[in-house]
Formats: sequence, structure tokens, C-alpha cells
Amino acid sequence: MTDTSFTPTTQPGDWASDQEVRWCPGCGDYSILTALRMLMPSLGTEPRNTVFVSGIGCAARFPYYMNTYGVHGIHGRAPAIATGLAMARPDLDVWVIGGDGDMLSIGGNHLIHALRRNVKIKLLLFNNQIYGLTKGQFSPTSEIGKVTKSSPMGSLDAPFNPLAVALGAEASFVARTHDMDRQHMMDTFRRAHAHDGAAFVEVFQNCNVFNDGAFEGVTKKQNRDANLIPLSDGEPIRFGADGEFGVIDEAGCARVVHTADVSSDELLVHDESKHDPSTAFMLARLARGPFEPTPIGVFRAVRRSEYAMATTRQLAAAQQQQGSADIAQMLRSRGTWFV
Amino acid sequence: MTDTATRELPLQEIDEVIIRFAGDSGDGMQLTGDQFTSISAALGNDLSTLPEFPAEIRAPQGTLAGVSAFQVRISDFEITTPGDAPTVLVAMNPAALKAQLHNLAQGGALIVNTDAFNERNLEKAGYASNPLDDGTLDDFRTYPVPMSQITRDAVAEHGVKPRDAERSKNFFALGLISWMYTRPVEPTLEFINTKFRGRTQVIDANTSAFKAGYNFGETAEIFEAHYEVKPAPLAPGEYTNVNGNTALAWGCIVAGQLARLPVFLGSYPITPASDILHEMSLKKNFGVRTFQAEDEIAAAASAVGAAFGGALAFTSTSGPGLALKGETLSLAVSLELPLVVLDIQRGGPSTGLPTKPEQADLMMAMYGRHSESPLPVVAPRSPADCFDIAIEACRIALKYRTPVIVLSDGYLANSSEPWLLPEVSSLPDIGVEFATEFNGTNEDGDGIFLPYLRDPETLARPWAIPGTPELMHRVGGIEKEDGTGNISYEPENHQLMIDLRQAKVEGVDVPDVEVAGDVDADLAVLGWGSTWGAIDAAAGRLREAGFAVAHVHLRHLHPLPANLGDVLQRYRAVVCPEMNKGQLCDIVRAKYLIDVEHIGKIDGVPFTTGEVTDAVRSRLEALSTV
Repeated sequence: MTDTSFTPTTQPGDWASDQEVRWCPGCGDYSILTALRMLMPSLGTEPRNTVFVSGIGCAARFPYYMNTYGVHGIHGRAPAIATGLAMARPDLDVWVIGGDGDMLSIGGNHLIHALRRNVKIKLLLFNNQIYGLTKGQFSPTSEIGKVTKSSPMGSLDAPFNPLAVALGAEASFVARTHDMDRQHMMDTFRRAHAHDGAAFVEVFQNCNVFNDGAFEGVTKKQNRDANLIPLSDGEPIRFGADGEFGVIDEAGCARVVHTADVSSDELLVHDESKHDPSTAFMLARLARGPFEPTPIGVFRAVRRSEYAMATTRQLAAAQQQQGSADIAQMLRSRGTWFV
Repeated sequence: MTDTATRELPLQEIDEVIIRFAGDSGDGMQLTGDQFTSISAALGNDLSTLPEFPAEIRAPQGTLAGVSAFQVRISDFEITTPGDAPTVLVAMNPAALKAQLHNLAQGGALIVNTDAFNERNLEKAGYASNPLDDGTLDDFRTYPVPMSQITRDAVAEHGVKPRDAERSKNFFALGLISWMYTRPVEPTLEFINTKFRGRTQVIDANTSAFKAGYNFGETAEIFEAHYEVKPAPLAPGEYTNVNGNTALAWGCIVAGQLARLPVFLGSYPITPASDILHEMSLKKNFGVRTFQAEDEIAAAASAVGAAFGGALAFTSTSGPGLALKGETLSLAVSLELPLVVLDIQRGGPSTGLPTKPEQADLMMAMYGRHSESPLPVVAPRSPADCFDIAIEACRIALKYRTPVIVLSDGYLANSSEPWLLPEVSSLPDIGVEFATEFNGTNEDGDGIFLPYLRDPETLARPWAIPGTPELMHRVGGIEKEDGTGNISYEPENHQLMIDLRQAKVEGVDVPDVEVAGDVDADLAVLGWGSTWGAIDAAAGRLREAGFAVAHVHLRHLHPLPANLGDVLQRYRAVVCPEMNKGQLCDIVRAKYLIDVEHIGKIDGVPFTTGEVTDAVRSRLEALSTV
């Protein structure tokens, strides 16, 4: 992906708007914002050709902080707004930013349809497992039993696994990263940007006010070796400080093993371009929550017809078959008579 | 035409006829009616049609729920409605007779397919005895015709399977009616050849059935005459027959050409609006992008996204869908982006009557969004007017950067009329300029872009689309600071923005309303939308009866024409027929303090000329006795 001949025409500062960033001090959103601003100059694109689209929620304020074109829409509808924009303007880089409530609750329908259509938009889901902007209710990714203002005796709702949802919609690009590792975020977002189709990235994001430390079990420095499983295409899946753990496919379920207990060819070899999403789905469901070994990186990246370009091809084909626009001819297409 | 011996039957000239074809939804009644309409159009008659189909796609055969009908009125004078009561009813089975007989004018002609009146069909239609011989039809001129049998006999030579043979009986009926009203046969034979190209057996069967029907009229000695309807004195020019949904779709497509913008339609299938999505999807060679969204909200949201990207964006729907789009439309109001919403109104509430018209979304169009969320509303008055109203809606949307709602309805959507085709060169240029340069400076004197710096005249904000160098900006649904568009929670700013959005919409340039008919009458009939035809015809009848009546018809419902209050004040009485509980009445009463009287009807059937005539006449008579 690194193009050594490429000279950036912008600096990270060129991507920052003049607006004061107003997330709570210590919010994980800051590090995601920094990662994106730092990444942008290396993508070979310009602020003028970039649009950030969002819905409602803390994460949805993101567009205001980027010196690009931006739409801060309504709750849940950002993937639909972005779909129309990407169809009308396939020349643009369209990013969608949303939280777990925005994208998986009120906007869940739009998310899965955008993914199945494979329209070229980059969806970054900032998952903090809580409603922040409405001050702390359980979200569609909160764990069962979560005590919040709206669930004083514990939430009864089984949570969504965002990656499993995306894979269930057969998204062509599915990845996960976290707000404590800027380089990993940048690498993951770069892959998403390069993908020709809908790209879905879950970002573990800490809400230090309403759900502090939700991902610490896997993202805190001292926990990463034991609980983060970096996926690398074509490589056996191993983790641990000395690669002492691995993942095997046990009758269709991913299971963590000590590598010492299995022969090396038993380890699951990661294949992100495998068309069948079952293995990626199995990996997405490896951890029951962010407190045990959890894969990060690109789960799936497959080639599928991109929707906006497919639309454009149909327009071109129609012009070839029917001729270009002729109003007078259209108005006469159902037969006419003279008086 | 025929090789059998012909009888000398008198040819009577009549000024109009209203025929209703009624049968099972699988009987091809719409096709039959359409084709009769086409032949009559080519003959130069004025015409108006009204299809009526069941909400169920395949209701059980032979039942009342499955009856499909098509009414066509042809005349030698100008008409504006498909007519109140048919003077000829073609009933293909007992259910069709039962469902439609009440519509038939007294003394009207009834042509029935007697073969379908067997015990089973009579039972399915709920007839205890056979209406053909129990006196039910005594008030009508009944012509019993064994259509199924004659059709079967006529197509037998083509080797059609017995169970398919009867399917040609709609062409038998068309042939018979073509004979009765002296329509030429060649256009229909050509139509059969084109429509069923490549299916020789079907072409042969339908052709034989059609000829059999025509010959039956000539030879069967049950008809006492046949009729001629001369051409109507229409303005000279080239005509096509168009229904409202097609005209609306074409208007949207043409508006894109007139604005030099790519067209985008986000839509979710819904009766009776889906044909707009279908028609626009066929016009990809015009650069039209159609998006069948996952739901009504996404349909509207995608259109907002496309508009931000610089497309002329549309979303089409009916009442239930407009309700779902409300929040997205308020976003469009706040973003101040051009967007045209096509609402083909149908009966409600809830699912209501999906295939029947109503005009009860007016208040929703005006106020059906949270907070102060004003937007312009327009309404076409006839099928062909749908074309012009689409262009007008786009003109307003583009000039003022605002969503606009077009209120059509299920009646306009599916009924058709001859349309004198416009010269393409006479259509208005509705193009606008995108912003490409800075429009302000910061405190350091550097150029900046202010996305909410308004045009002082129109109050429209600049429309800078992604890809434009230097003009990167963010728009959002959160209240924006005047000028910069940055988030602002300042009390004075919110008041200002609320006032500006309102002032912008109130300031939309709307032509003055014109009074049709007797300007100096005591009474004015106020209308909007699809009631135009019935009101116009009723005013004509009343004038013939010696009354003076003014007709004021609104195409712009928000803002209202500036002269409307003054115009209405001139009349001692103003009445307003609407297919709702008085929504325009309430708006006009509230705005002008004029005591407009509501004439209501919400039964899923458009106003007839007779209904409007009677209601207005009783008001006129009351006025004259005061």
C-alpha cells in the first residue's frame, strides 16, 4: 500500500476545520480524529473531494472538525444520505461516521442495506457500548445486565456484535481497530479507503464519562498481548507476547489454543479474501466481549461489484441502446396525433 | 371489414359517450379501455379516462374484490372529467355487473357476457337469482351477448388451448364497442401485432376475437343503431394521451434538462406512486439515476445526499411515506437544499384505501414536520398539468434552495387526457449557478466561504457542491449561525434563522391567481388539485342553467398567491369542494378570515360534476333568496 513515489500535497493541519472540538476531555473520539487527520495527506486525495457524513450522537459531530465537505444529518440516516451522495457523485471520497446507537439501533436498517449494496462509502462505527449524547442509557452493543439510567436493574437486551451484523449483510470489507493504537487505526482506515466498495470498520472507542474502561480488558497496553489477536492476511493466527496462543477452527467454531498443544498446520490461516464469510463470522464471534482474546484488523476484504459505478454503467448502456436525452422524442414515445 | 352480409343500420351522431369496461382483474379491461382511448384520440375526440383497479393483485376470480374497471369518456366538445355516470357498461361477469351497475346512468346501455352468468359465478358475486332475468336490469337497455362462446368459436381455428381461448374475449368486447361507435379497425389490428409481437398464436386469436366482436355488432340484429362521435374542436397541434404519473415523471426528467443538472430519484415502492419510479427508471439514457431504497426514510435521505452533491433530487411517495419522510424533510429545510417531494395522495388514515384518491395530505404537507419547518407546496390540477407542476416545483426548489412538496393524487395519477405537446424551446430555463468563489472575508482579510450568506432578494443560500476548490463547508441539522453555518445555540440567532427560513418561503414568487368564469358573480368556487375538472364542468353546467359562478383554482398552496385574499373578499360566498374534511378551507379561513364553506367528500371516489353542481347550486339558490 505504501507508494514511495507519492508526495503528499496536504498536511494534517489542512484537514482540520477552524471549529473548536467539543468532545469531553479524554474522549476516545479525539484519538480517532487525530488518526484520520494524520492519515488523510497520504491517501492521495484532497479535502475538496472528501465528504464526511454523519447522523446524530457524539461521534456524529465529527464532520464539523474536518476541513472537508460535510453533512451532519439526522439520527441513523447517515448511510442513506451517503448512499445518495455516492451515487450522484462517484468521484468523491465519502466517509460515514456514527456511533453504536446511530448505526446499529435507529439506523440499523440503513447500515445493512448500504453494506449489501456495496456502495463505495467508508463507514466508521465508533463503538463505545453506551448512549453518550443522551447521557448514559444502554446501547445496542451494551452487555446484558448493564446498569444504566434506563436499565436500573440491568439491561435485558442481548447486544449486537457489530462485525457479525456487517458480515451477515455480506459486507465486502469488515475490520476492527481501537482508539488506543493510532498506527493500527491509520493502517485500518487506509485499507478501508482503498477498498472499492462499502467498507465497515468498528472502532473500540472509550467513553470516559458514561462507560469508562469498557475495552480496557483488551486495549490497555498490558492486556494487549494476551487479549488482542492481530489478523494478518495469509498468516496463521497467533498472538501472545511470544506467539504462544493461536486460533483453530474446531468444527466451525473458532477456539483459542496454546500453540504448544497443536501442530502448527492446525492453526487457522487468515484469508481475508475468502468469498464465503463464514470463517470471518466465526472469528468475529470468537470473543464474547472485550474482556477475552479479541481479533482486530481486517476480517474480510473481497471484491464485489461497486454499486455507484454499476449504476453509472447502466446509464452508459442505456445511452448506447436508447440514444442520449431527447425530450421531444420522449414526449412522443406513447404515440401522438394531430388536430 | 366484414365478409358477412351487412345490415343497414342507422348511424346516429351523438356528442359524447361514457363507456365503462368492467371485468375480472385478469380479463384485460385496462388494456381494452386503453386501446379504445387511443383509437378515439386519433379520431380527434376530446377524452378523459378513469381506471379503477382492486387493491389486491390477484383477488379470487369472479369475486367483487377482483373487479377491475376502466371508464373512458369521448366527446365532440371540450371536457375536463371522465364523466359522472357511464352511459354504456360492459360487464364481463356477474361480479363486474354487481360492482358497477349502480354507476350506470338510468336507461344506459348494458352489454353483458351472458356465458359468465353461471351458477358458480352468480354465487361468487352474491346474486341469489340471475339478474339477467329477474328484473334487476329493467331500467337499462340490456344487450346479452354470449362473448365467451363466440370468442372460443372464433379462435378455434388457431389451435389455441380451450382454457386459453377465452382470454381473447376482451378483444371481442373491444371489437363490438368499436363497431358501436364506428371506430376504425386498423389501429387495433396494428396494436395487436405490436403488443404481442413474436407470439403468433396470440396475435391470431386476438385478431379473430376482435373481428368477431365487430362483426357481431353488424350482424346480430340486437342493436338498433350505431353511433358516431365527431372530433372535438381542440386547439391545433400534436397531442399525446397522458396520465398524471407519467406526466409527473416526464416533468421531473425534463426539469433536469432545463436546469442542466443530473436527476436523482430516491423512492420506495408505494401505491399509487410506484409508476413514477418505474417511468423514471426507464429513462437512464437521460442520465436519470433511480434508487429503490430500503425504506421511505432512506429514499428521502438519499435524495438529500444527492442534492448536497449537486443533483436535481426527487423522492416520490404517497401519504404513509410522506409521514415517514417528515424528519428528513425538516433536515432538508434546515440544510436549505433543493429537493422535490412527489406525494400521490391516497385514502387514509394508515393503509386506508391504497388505490383510491384523497386530498387529505394538505395539512401534512404544510405542517407535518416538527417545529417551524416551512416549505413550498404546489398541486397539479389535471393529468397533463402534472408535467408543468413538476417543472414549477423544480424551479422553486432550485431558485430558493428548499424542499418543495407536490400534491398529486391517485385520480390524477391514473386518469389520462389529451395533452397538446409543448415546444421544447418554449419551456423555461430553471438553471441556477453553483457557488465557486469566496463570498466573504475573515478578520485577516482572507477570502472565506459563508454557506449561509443569503441572496438578499431570494434569501437563498449559496449552493457549493463537493469538488469545488476552497469552498469546503459543513452543513447540519443543528441550528446554524447566520452566514457561517457554524453550530450556534445563541437565542437571537435561532430567532433570526427561524424568521429567515419562514421569510424565504413566504417570499417565493407565485403568480397571481386568476378567476375563471364569471368574475362578477356572487359566489366563487375555490379549489385545488384534481377537483379542477369537476368544478370547471359544474361551473359550466350552472352557467347554462343561468347562474353566474366564479372559479378560483390554486396550483400554489404555499405560499398562496398574493392576490388570493383580495380576490376572495369580492364574493358574497366562497365554497370549496375538497376530498378531505376542509383542510384548504381552514387554511384560507385562518389566513384571510374569509368564511369559506366546505363541500366535502371522502369516499375514495373523485367528485362528480353532478355532485359539485348540486352542492354549488343549493348555495347559489340560498344566496338568491337572502
